[in-house]
Amino acid sequence: MLIDWFTVIAQVLNFLILVWLLKRFLYKPILNAIDAREKKVADELADADAKEAEAQKEKEEFRRKNEEFDQQHTALLSRAKDEAKAERQRLLEEVRKEASDLRSKQQEALRNDKQNLNQAISRRAQQEVFAIARKALQDLAGTSLEERTVDAFAQRLLELEGAEKEQVTSALGVSSSPVLVRTAFELPQAQRDLVKKTIKEMLGIEIQARFEIVPDLVSGIELTANGQKVAWSIADYLSSLEKSVDELLKEQPKSETKTEPELKSDGPESKTEPEAKTRPESTDESATEQGSETKQESDQEQGSETKQESENKIVNPELKPK
Amino acid sequence: MRLSPDELVFWQYGFIKLNATIVYTWGLMLVMVVGSKIVTSKLSTDLKRSRWQNILEIIVMGILKQIEDVGLNRPQKYLGFLGTLFLFIAISNLSIIFPGYEPPTGSLSTTAALALCVFVAVPIFGIEEQGLGSYLKSYTEPTIIMLPFNIISEVSRTLALAIRLFGNIMSGSMIVGILLTITPFIFPIIMTALGLLIGMVQAYIFSILATVYITAATRTGKSRSETGE
Repeated sequence: MLIDWFTVIAQVLNFLILVWLLKRFLYKPILNAIDAREKKVADELADADAKEAEAQKEKEEFRRKNEEFDQQHTALLSRAKDEAKAERQRLLEEVRKEASDLRSKQQEALRNDKQNLNQAISRRAQQEVFAIARKALQDLAGTSLEERTVDAFAQRLLELEGAEKEQVTSALGVSSSPVLVRTAFELPQAQRDLVKKTIKEMLGIEIQARFEIVPDLVSGIELTANGQKVAWSIADYLSSLEKSVDELLKEQPKSETKTEPELKSDGPESKTEPEAKTRPESTDESATEQGSETKQESDQEQGSETKQESENKIVNPELKPK
Repeated sequence: MRLSPDELVFWQYGFIKLNATIVYTWGLMLVMVVGSKIVTSKLSTDLKRSRWQNILEIIVMGILKQIEDVGLNRPQKYLGFLGTLFLFIAISNLSIIFPGYEPPTGSLSTTAALALCVFVAVPIFGIEEQGLGSYLKSYTEPTIIMLPFNIISEVSRTLALAIRLFGNIMSGSMIVGILLTITPFIFPIIMTALGLLIGMVQAYIFSILATVYITAATRTGKSRSETGE
């Protein structure tokens, strides 16, 4: 018999013991180790995944930050550009304004110069006319300009008529204070008497007269009493002269600018211009001689022989009375 | 000339006796348990591990894979029984390389014991998996007429398991023994090599058949319930 039953039982027991022992010492530890390792690997993979995700996130964030930075950069740059442009505009504006201010100032100065020149011319003309008149009166009539002035004034007083005369007489009569007689020059006693005599003739009353010297009157005489004024002076003539000179000066730039269009259009439209031109020509000889610029005018005036002669002559008589 | 190591008795006291089969089995058990104990005492859970651990892991995982391939759902549960069956038979057969060794599997008592274990284990696993009634009912499949045939097949396949393994290993030993007397050089070595191969194959066949039987016992009920019959 090949089967030994005791051995069979023993082998069954041996086998079962071996199963238990191997389970205890082989399968379990090995499986546990494998599981642990797999878990570890899975953990590490998960960790790697997490890290990768984190890295991705960080990368994304970096990218976003970069973009933000770029945007800020460009925004700042554009703003700076805009500001620079605005600043440039502002500076340009300032400079333009300054230039225009300067130009207007210059124009103002030019106008002032012109005015000053006008005044100077008028003053000169006044003086010259005054001197010429005085000289002519002295030379021709043999009387002094002052005498003739007073005569003229007296004549004027006497020539007063109607309401005007009444006003003056009433004013002179009412006033208790002395009548104020202002002249541009020192009146000799004879003249003063003449004035007084004229007033007396006119009013029939003796009046007290106070004499004052006012150079501004320009070789004239003025009688003031209680608001009423009777005057004669060369200033009237001078003012008319001044006006004409002014007109001439105003005409100058106009004619300059308008010559070209006139030349181009020889039509009937330019009829008013010749009239305007003729007026200054007729009023003053020296004005016709004047050039385009005001400075040249004075030069020309000085340059003309007759003027120089008269000047030389005038200066001396002026100095004599003084 | 011995047919089986059972015949070599070292010590006997009536029914109880200590023959070569039991002694060699104890030796194998000692080697297996101590070896696995040494290797598994310093297991590393790291990615880097020792060669012995690698070998054991490969073996265990291979067995698991085989059990799974056959069709058992939870291979860990059957690993203890089936894995030990395979390892014991395999090591017992491969140890013929050592001179003076006689494989315990060359004894019909051992193979019968192992077949008996399988014979008992199959219904245990089957009942555990699908219940007693369901398991017993599987013997009447497809009809009640098949009941005796099913029982006969159950017994006969167990007998076949025992005889197959015994026959192969015993014949291998016998061939080597006979050849040693005829051609003492070279030829017995070739036959020993062939014996190693046969031993390995028989270990595989034995354990895989056990797996198939268990699978059949546990899956019939399940497949039945799955299909709704």
